[in-house]
Amino acid sequence: MSNLHVPNPAAGNPEGSAPIRIAVPAAEQPLSQAEQPISAVRRYLLSRGSSSVSDRIFAGIMLLCALVIFALVALIATELITQSRPSWHAFGLSFFYHYNVDPITHLPLFWDPVNGVFYALPFVYGTLITSLVALCIAVPLAIGLAIFLTEMCPRWLRSPLSFFTELLAAIPSVVYGLWAIFVLVPLLRDNINPIFIRIFQLPVLEKLLGWTHLFGDNGLFGGVNLGLGLLGAGAILAIMILPIIAALTREVMSAVPNSQREAALALGATRWEMIRMAVLRNARIGIVGSIILGLGRALGETMAVAMVIGNSPEIHLSLLSMGHSMASVIANEFSEATSDMHRSALIEVGLALFLVTIIVNACARLLVWAVTRGAPARVQ
Amino acid sequence: MGVAIEVKALNAWYGATHTLQDIELNIPANHATALIGPSGCGKSTFVRCLNRMHETNPIARVTGTVRIGDLDIYNDISPVEIRRRVGMVFQRPNPFPTMSIYDNVCSGLKLNGYRNRRELDEIVERSLRSAALWDEVKDDLKKKSGASLSGGQQQRMCIARALAVDPEVLLMDEPASALDPVSTSKIEDLIFQLKSQYTIVIVTHNMQQAARVAEKTGFFLNGRLVEFDSTHKIFTNPSDKRTEDYITGRFG
Repeated sequence: MSNLHVPNPAAGNPEGSAPIRIAVPAAEQPLSQAEQPISAVRRYLLSRGSSSVSDRIFAGIMLLCALVIFALVALIATELITQSRPSWHAFGLSFFYHYNVDPITHLPLFWDPVNGVFYALPFVYGTLITSLVALCIAVPLAIGLAIFLTEMCPRWLRSPLSFFTELLAAIPSVVYGLWAIFVLVPLLRDNINPIFIRIFQLPVLEKLLGWTHLFGDNGLFGGVNLGLGLLGAGAILAIMILPIIAALTREVMSAVPNSQREAALALGATRWEMIRMAVLRNARIGIVGSIILGLGRALGETMAVAMVIGNSPEIHLSLLSMGHSMASVIANEFSEATSDMHRSALIEVGLALFLVTIIVNACARLLVWAVTRGAPARVQ
Repeated sequence: MGVAIEVKALNAWYGATHTLQDIELNIPANHATALIGPSGCGKSTFVRCLNRMHETNPIARVTGTVRIGDLDIYNDISPVEIRRRVGMVFQRPNPFPTMSIYDNVCSGLKLNGYRNRRELDEIVERSLRSAALWDEVKDDLKKKSGASLSGGQQQRMCIARALAVDPEVLLMDEPASALDPVSTSKIEDLIFQLKSQYTIVIVTHNMQQAARVAEKTGFFLNGRLVEFDSTHKIFTNPSDKRTEDYITGRFG
């Protein structure tokens, strides 16, 4: 505080708060100080007074900036809730699982804006399946990449590799969509899908695992191979979430202290055993967190998915079939939604997506935070 | 049983720093040997060369010969194999925090595919008894995490973990420097008991500790082994002036 060197401490406490007592040896503060001339620096500092008012104003402005975040979330939530009310009143919870039967084809009919049929199950299904496919592809890749980066990468390769990994995250999603249409979809259609189709239609597998309904013409890889569809959307999502998962996994792996690696190595662990025992084991909660964070991104990703998924509100087991996701249906139909109910139903889909992604992200952040904040998580 | 260690013309580098220069040394089997010296003198680097942990740092380099028993560890055998024979205890206790006490102790065995439950139980008990920790932890071996123990207990658990693989040599890199005096004296008692069965090499900052536990003592200074002799001779009648200056506290 400013009054420490003032001969009379009671006089110089402009803030009015309790003076902070610091034990100062008496010998260092001769009483005769008052008689000595006060230096120019000291006089200047004494005349400065307290900065409490400007401090408080500054703190207030910063607090306002922070509160904007809460206000935004609250505004978005209330807007979504009020706007989706008509649809909620009309369909209730059945919005998420019910369907009509098409009078002509006798197939389930979920979404028919012209005739006022609004059931969201195909979107939920499409979102879940594409995200799942994305995780299946991206997680092994991302963990492998993270292990390589933290444990094996030669020094000169480390920075360029992490730089490019993080660069992948910066590419706009519509660019991914374009690339998917021109490169990924043909690649899947002509080179990759035929392999899967052949495997999944092997008579042996059909006979042995037929009870899972995943094999054969009506199985996971049955139907027409167009390239577009759930698998294509999942594959492009995988590429988009790869950098997030890899970057965070790398972070939690580097948070594992070196002494853990040395402990494993000193016991005679090979490099892979050391990674499994000391690194993956200690980082596993954080890795799960980063996977969930990737899932959050995959659930909400819109543009690239809308360009590849095929945009048909149907549910088929086959990954080759066209589908629709929660985000892509909003992007595709909102500008053309003329009836109030159509708009309200789309907003309800948006509300559901909002809630799910917020919950998923919160879980992920908590897990990552639990690991990177200090000591690795412990078993009790 | 422990085996003797024979070091010839050992040189080690970290990047461009020449941390160990021409070390020649014979460490007797089934005795405790202490290495003393000021910080940065190379004594930790030296023990890390004895189980090839030094080379886990990508910028580190070693030349020379180290024979443990009848094996030339830099030519006859892979680093992984030698580390299975040479146990190591580090300066800071480093238990695996996600494993129970039991799993921590037998982690070296499980790593190498040892699965016989009954034998594992026996080995865990024997190792923890040798490390004087059994009575304190026997009731929650599988319930408590290795990280939930106190610092001194953690360090004794790490010693048990090293003993569980039945090593021929036990390297200890300042095993008590992060511990309180009571835990330190427990570790010292332990070294005293273990040295009849294992060859123990202990790095220490604490000269009294060297005098208490070791038969032989080596004094390192600036990457060189200045003097290596019986502990009694080093502390009562050192032949080198620098050793005398160090143990009488004139520097370091």
